[in-house]
Amino acid sequence: MKRKFELGSLLATYGVVLTLIAVILFGWLRYDNFLGAFNILSVLRYNSMFALVSLGMCFVIMTGGIDLSVGSVAALSSVVAAYASPYGLAPGLAAGLIAGLLAGTLNGIIVTRLHIMPFIATLATMLAASGTALLLAQNQSVSVSYDTAFTALGQGNLLGLPVPALIAALAYIAGSIVLNLTSTGRGVLTVGGSEDAARMMGLPVTRIIFLVYLGSGGCAGLAGVILAAQFGAGQPIEGVGWELFAIAAVVVGGTLLTGGAGSVGTTLAGVLLLGVLFTILNFENGKGWISLSAYWQSVIRGLFLLTVVLLQAHLINRVGTEKPAPDAG
Amino acid sequence: MTRYEMLGRYGTALALVVLVLFNLAVTPNFATLQTLNVNLTQVCTVVIVAVGMTLVIATGGIDLSVGSLMAISGALAPMIFMGKLVDIGSIHAAVALAIFVSVLAATILGAFNGWLISRFRIQPIVATLVLFIAGRGIAQVMTNGNLQVFKVPEFQVIGLGRIFGLPVQVILMAVIVVSAALALRRTTFGRQVLAIGGNERAARLSGIATGRIKIAVYAISGTLAGVAGLIVIAINSASDANLVGMGMELDAIAAVAVGGTLLSGGRATIIGTLLGALTIQLVRYTLLANGVPDAAALVVKAAIIIGAVWLQERGRVG
Repeated sequence: MKRKFELGSLLATYGVVLTLIAVILFGWLRYDNFLGAFNILSVLRYNSMFALVSLGMCFVIMTGGIDLSVGSVAALSSVVAAYASPYGLAPGLAAGLIAGLLAGTLNGIIVTRLHIMPFIATLATMLAASGTALLLAQNQSVSVSYDTAFTALGQGNLLGLPVPALIAALAYIAGSIVLNLTSTGRGVLTVGGSEDAARMMGLPVTRIIFLVYLGSGGCAGLAGVILAAQFGAGQPIEGVGWELFAIAAVVVGGTLLTGGAGSVGTTLAGVLLLGVLFTILNFENGKGWISLSAYWQSVIRGLFLLTVVLLQAHLINRVGTEKPAPDAG
Repeated sequence: MTRYEMLGRYGTALALVVLVLFNLAVTPNFATLQTLNVNLTQVCTVVIVAVGMTLVIATGGIDLSVGSLMAISGALAPMIFMGKLVDIGSIHAAVALAIFVSVLAATILGAFNGWLISRFRIQPIVATLVLFIAGRGIAQVMTNGNLQVFKVPEFQVIGLGRIFGLPVQVILMAVIVVSAALALRRTTFGRQVLAIGGNERAARLSGIATGRIKIAVYAISGTLAGVAGLIVIAINSASDANLVGMGMELDAIAAVAVGGTLLSGGRATIIGTLLGALTIQLVRYTLLANGVPDAAALVVKAAIIIGAVWLQERGRVG
């Protein structure tokens, strides 16, 4: 029974990679310069922040939890990083990252020590981080220093590749290694499969759950640093809705919200798929056949999410006779 | 009943009483009808949406789409009563049609959420995420992202009118709260909602049409979001699809959680939700009236949510 169920989620998992390839092929055949260096690099640069928060979210969701705070934690980190940016690249990076890790610690403590549902715990942290960001920034955006190398973290290139994309790539490689090659990583999936079973197996369940929220906070912190560096300012009101975009990317990437299954690589495919749809829309408008406003972006993303979710439900319900129990999330 | 159990059950009511007493002592001009009206008008859209959210959460679900549904109904109504879609002679007929169609649209979309959840067994958080993302886009596409400004007293009575000195939307809120509370406690429907949240399998085996009940619950949540969207635009004399209902899903969930409804389903209280929303609103008002910035109020709100839910958890575990 369990094996069949996994087969269903495997099919759903590889679907996203195939779809991404199909969409890219479509763009390549239909538009000039779709695979031009400029277009590819700007897609990568812009989506690196979303890729980072989605990576953290992916780990949290694999344990069966959720992290609603990532958007406002990124906003908070962008403000902190902007304040630290006059001291240089490394202090700015470190300050933003530490702000994110602190928020992650708070989430981890509320979930593991106070035993409050992740949904509510991270909802509260979301409000607190947003309030703190606004207080620190005094309700306005905080300019970063252009005298130091800090802005290179968002705008710079290294070996011809955008620095934020390289940061995201490193994070994904690290995430993949942790998930597949370390005992903590395997523990993440076990906890998500059944927390009680993981506890009986003697796994350090509390520590694993704490670590995924810490990691998610760290990813959001890095995303905040990139946000500040890319747009030249710490932005206390940015990040609204990032958490739900990240959840959508993780779901499109084939990770089940019930926990226990998931993959880092397909999450990245999910982020890129949602990101590339926007580019396709721009190119299509450029051809002049149709004229769809940028507002169609969210409609199309929503429809995409719907399609993916229906396909997953279809596969899971058909392949596995035992249906997964609906969960409040 | 243990100490924690008491605190968990009556904590919100107690907090509200303490807040009122504190304000009477500290905040200048607190005991005026104006203060009451300001607080009630500000809280009433949250309460209306949170009532629907309470029913959804009682079944063990969640509805993230409410803010977007508010935007859709808020975008649709002005298009109808300003005659952009069809030209209707009488303004009264146009307003009636506008209200009916926009609330109906929100109801149908809510039912769609419920259908996804019951027919395809998609988790509520994912199923309603679809309309959270697409719904605001639909509202923006309908209006092309433009602000719709209007001055139609016949419509705006739902946000600006008064009956016996009470704001119309407050009366509307009271009616909704009372009928939902009665429905949850006194009707078969209410018992079935709670039974599904308590143990869905057992509910199904005992012959409850779980699918139909779930669709109804999400449809009701949609209806109430639609109504709330209309009130918001009536107060503002304008409809901005980018802003109407923004973040409402989280405000509503916070009110439900603080009010003492179990987020895993099976136990719910509409009056608790009302008290929860009032508490959050009054804390914010108290801080603002005493010179604390709105941003700090967010941090306090976070602490209240955690404190309230923690007490309830302690009370439940014993």
